[in-house]
Amino acid sequence: MQNEWPLWEVFIRGQHGMSHRHVGSLHAPDAEMAVKNARDVYTRRNEGVSIWVVEAKHISATAPSDKGPLFEPSESKVYRHPTFFDIPDEVGHM
Amino acid sequence: MPATNKTVDQSALFQFLLRMGDNTLVLGHRVSEWCGHAPVLEEDIALANTALDLIGQTQFWLNLAGEVEGAGRDEDALAFHRDVWDFRNILLVEMPNGDFGQTLMRQFLFDAWASIMLGRLQTSSDERIAGIAAKASKEVAYHLERSADTVVGLGDGTAESHAKMQGALDYLWPYVGEMFISDDVDTAMVSASIAPDPTSLRNEYDAILERVLGQAKLSIPTSQFAHKGGRTGAIHTEHLGHLLTQMQWLQRAYPDASW
Repeated sequence: MQNEWPLWEVFIRGQHGMSHRHVGSLHAPDAEMAVKNARDVYTRRNEGVSIWVVEAKHISATAPSDKGPLFEPSESKVYRHPTFFDIPDEVGHM
Repeated sequence: MPATNKTVDQSALFQFLLRMGDNTLVLGHRVSEWCGHAPVLEEDIALANTALDLIGQTQFWLNLAGEVEGAGRDEDALAFHRDVWDFRNILLVEMPNGDFGQTLMRQFLFDAWASIMLGRLQTSSDERIAGIAAKASKEVAYHLERSADTVVGLGDGTAESHAKMQGALDYLWPYVGEMFISDDVDTAMVSASIAPDPTSLRNEYDAILERVLGQAKLSIPTSQFAHKGGRTGAIHTEHLGHLLTQMQWLQRAYPDASW
């Protein structure tokens, strides 16, 4: 596997004002080519206005086995949701 | 300036437009031959995108060519119902794909010329041509960036990739000169301010080559010899006929079939 190009994760901003979203991954020899490949693989149908790529090995991730301790405690804490306030109509969309 | 320059010899204009359209048609088909065969998925898609861009540009050029000719031929008729001797593309674009490096070297040698040519055509006295050039320029700027990067990556890569790229450059070099040879059609285009004199593009072209091929650690051949005959239609290589049998087989087997 020594000759394999490194794996890159691709993030695309769909339109101005939106945040970049993970769309997939690809292989490329360096960051510049990764951006070009991302342009060719993930924006063929006018999907984006901006591309980020990051080499997959630089992403630190949670382990699936930690799901319980990490995420389950928040399931029972409804009071953390701001749903107990009456929002005046004048505020509009939040 | 008039939107369309009627004072220019329409048959010369027709020839000029065929040259532009046949270049992108033949190269577009060549590049599409990689579809499903490229060394990696990412390059496969990128090459298919380039091919589609070139075919799209072809539609504009040949559509306008048919309009100028005024004989009722549209872009499809021009693309699929002409044989080798009626094609006006430069020989470079009909050269076989060879290996991936040779394909990308051919692409780079063409993209560099196309980027300069389309830049100049944006100030054409014919607004239709300026419009096509403006749209195509954006596509070609990306093609050039990509092919130049790949030429640098492979040229300045391993000993094997370097040798292949130098071999590709040496092999294709005799087909570079044809892009810069002027004839009567060009003279007519220049005097009507429709298109630049091909010879006037050479300095800018050489500058791009020196920069990119220098970075790629490749040596530019010194020979001035140039195969020619494609642009004028005098003579094509044996490769074009084979390409057309594939590209045109459906229309040859079922004339005017549509779906």
